[in-house]
Amino acid sequence: MTPESKTKSNDATERAKAFHQSDLMDDTELRVKIDESLASAVALFFATSLFWLLLGSIFGLIASYKMHWPDWLGEYAVLTFGRIRPAHLNTVAYGWVSLAGAGALLWMTSRLTRIPIKWGWMLFISVLLWNIGVAYGTGAIIFGYSRGMEWLEFPRIAGFIIALGFVFFALPILKTFIHRKVNHIYVSLWYILASVVWFPLLYLTANFGHYQGVVEAGMNWWYGHNLLTVWVTPIGLAMAYYFLPKVIGRPIYSYYLSLLGFWSFALFYNWNGIHHLIGGPLPTWLVTVSIVASVMMVIPVLAVAVNHHMTTFKHFHMLKFSPTLRFTVFGAMAYTAVSLQGSGMALRSINEITHFTHYTVGHAHLGVYAFSTMILFGGIYYIMPRLSKWEWPYPSLVKWHFWLTAIGVIIYVVALTIGGWYQGLDMNNPDKDFMESVLNTIPYLYLRSLGGTMMVVGHLIFIYHFALMVKRAGPRRFAPPWFKKPEEESAV
Amino acid sequence: MMFIRSFVFFFGVLATLLLGWAALVGIPDIMISEIDPPDELERYTAEEAFGRQIYIREGCVYCHSQQVRPEGFGADQERLWGRPSVPADYVFDRPHLLGTMRTGPDLMNIGVRQTSVSWHMEHLYDPRLVVEGSTMPPYPWLFEVKRSAGPDEFVLDLPEDRVPEGKVVVATREAEALVEYLLSLDRSYDSPQRVVDNDEEE
Repeated sequence: MTPESKTKSNDATERAKAFHQSDLMDDTELRVKIDESLASAVALFFATSLFWLLLGSIFGLIASYKMHWPDWLGEYAVLTFGRIRPAHLNTVAYGWVSLAGAGALLWMTSRLTRIPIKWGWMLFISVLLWNIGVAYGTGAIIFGYSRGMEWLEFPRIAGFIIALGFVFFALPILKTFIHRKVNHIYVSLWYILASVVWFPLLYLTANFGHYQGVVEAGMNWWYGHNLLTVWVTPIGLAMAYYFLPKVIGRPIYSYYLSLLGFWSFALFYNWNGIHHLIGGPLPTWLVTVSIVASVMMVIPVLAVAVNHHMTTFKHFHMLKFSPTLRFTVFGAMAYTAVSLQGSGMALRSINEITHFTHYTVGHAHLGVYAFSTMILFGGIYYIMPRLSKWEWPYPSLVKWHFWLTAIGVIIYVVALTIGGWYQGLDMNNPDKDFMESVLNTIPYLYLRSLGGTMMVVGHLIFIYHFALMVKRAGPRRFAPPWFKKPEEESAV
Repeated sequence: MMFIRSFVFFFGVLATLLLGWAALVGIPDIMISEIDPPDELERYTAEEAFGRQIYIREGCVYCHSQQVRPEGFGADQERLWGRPSVPADYVFDRPHLLGTMRTGPDLMNIGVRQTSVSWHMEHLYDPRLVVEGSTMPPYPWLFEVKRSAGPDEFVLDLPEDRVPEGKVVVATREAEALVEYLLSLDRSYDSPQRVVDNDEEE
C-alpha cells in the first residue's frame, strides 16, 4: 500500500465519520424538535387520561365491593351498582385508554414520519372536546340518563362531542402523514392510520343509526367488540410494535409476518361482535359467521405473537432493567393470552358455560387492563421524559407501580376465570338452585376486590409520580428509571 | 407509486370495516326489521314504558338478561324461564335489553313467574327481605317514608323493625311503574317462528 493511498483511505474514513456524526446530530436535533412540537398537547392528553383512570378505577372498585357487600352505600342512587358499573366502563374506555392512546399515537406518528406534528393547535381543541364529552356522558349515566346499551351508554350529544374531538385528533395525524419524510411506512403507522379511519366511521354508525329489537342488539355488539378492533387493540399493537424493537435495539423479527398480521386482523376482527349473543334470538347463520371469524383470529394473533415474542426472545434479561420494556412485554404476552382465550370462548360448547358469567368480565380485564393498560403505562414511562425534559424522579415508585398492577390484575383475572367457570356450571345445572350460582361466586368476588384494590393503589402511585415529574419535583436524574443499573448486573 | 400504495391501503382498510358492517348489521337489518309483532304481544303502555326507563336508569341489564336459550344450551328450559326467544318478541323494544350477564336470573318472563306486586315491591326495597343471600342492591329511593299513605298509594308490608315508629313506607310512582313493567314481561304465547318450524318438520 502506498503512503498516498493510505492517506486517501484515512481521509475517506474521516469523512465518513464526520458525516455520520453530523447525521446523528441532525437526528437528535430532529427528535428534540418533534418532541417539542407536541410536548404540551400530548402531556395534556396523558394528564387528563390519568384523571379518568383514577376516577374510572374508583368506580370499578366501588362496583366490585358492592358485588359482595350489596348494602354498602346502598342508599345513594348515584352510586348504585347499575350506574357505577357502566360509569366505570365508559370512563376507562373513552377517558383513560382513548386519551392516553391518542397521546401515544400522536407522538409515534410524528416520530415515525420524521417531521414535527402538523396542525398541532387542533390537538388542544381535541383534548378539550374529548374531555367535555366524557365528563358529560359519565355525568349522564350517574344521574340516570343512560341510553341503556352496553358500550353506548353515553347520550348522543356526548357521542357527537367525542366524535368531533376525534376529528381534531385525526386531521393532524393525516396531515403529518401526507408530509412525511420517510419512504418506508413502519408497521405501527399502519395500525395508527387504520384506526384513524375506522374509529369515526364506527362511532358515528353506532351512535346515529336507527335499528330495532334484535337488529339493535346485533349492532350493539358489532360496535362493542369493534371498539376493541378499531381502537383499543390497534393502540396496544402499534405501541408494542414500536417499543419492543426500540428498547431492545433490534429490528422486528419479520416484516412479512407483520403484513400478514395486519391484514388478517383487519379482515377477521370486525366480524367478531355477534359472539356476544351466542344462544340468543338472532339468526343462526349470523352467530355462526361471528364464531368462524373469532376462530380465524388465531391467524393474526399468532402472526403478531411470533413477531413480538421472537423480537423479545434472547433479550429477556433486559426486563430486569427497563420499565417500558417490562410493561410492554407483559402487555404483549397478555395480548396473546387474551386473544387465544377469546377465540376459545366463541366456541358454542365453551360459550354455553362462560356466557352470562364473571368469566367474561375476567376476559375483558385481561384484554383492556393486562394488555392495553399495561402497554400504555410502559409507553407513558418512555414518552413523558422526552416531553417534559425531566426524568422520572423515583425508580422505586415505578417498581411499586409495576408489581401492584401486575399482581393485582393477575389475581383479578385468575379469580374471575375460576369463579366464573363454576358460576356457569352451577347455572347450567338444573339440579342446583339458581342461588347457588350466586353464593358460590362470592369468595372469588372478594379476591377480585383484592386485586382491584392493588391496581388502584398502583394507579395512585403512578399518578403521584407523574405529578412530581410535571412539577419537576424530586431529585433531578439524567438516566431512565432503570429498575437495576446495567453495570451492577455485569459486575455480579 | 407511493400514492397508489397509500390509496390501496386506505381503500382496503375502509372496505374491511364496511364488509363487517354489511354482514353483521346491514343484512340482518333488511332481513329482520320488517317482522310483524305476534298478535299476543302488546305495545308497552305509558306506565310500562316509564317503568322500562327506570329499569334502564338503574342498570338492571348489567345483572339480568332478557333472552331465553333453547333446549340443550344451558338450563334455561329446565329452569322454566320460558320458551326460546325469537326476534318477534322484541319488536317493541328500544333500546334492546337482551343483556350479557346473569348475576341474577333471566327476566324475559318474570311477569309469569312472579305475579305478586307486594313481592316485587319488597324485593326492590330490600332484596334480602324476600330472597335470602341475594346480592341485588336495594333501591330505597324508589320508596318514600311517610306519616300516612294517600288513597291510591301502595304500602309495603315490612317487618316492624324496618319501619320508623308511626310511619309507613310507600311506593313512589317510579316503583309502581317499574313493577308494572316487570309484570308485563310475558312472552309465553306461542312463538310465531316456532309454528313455521313445526310445519316444515311434518
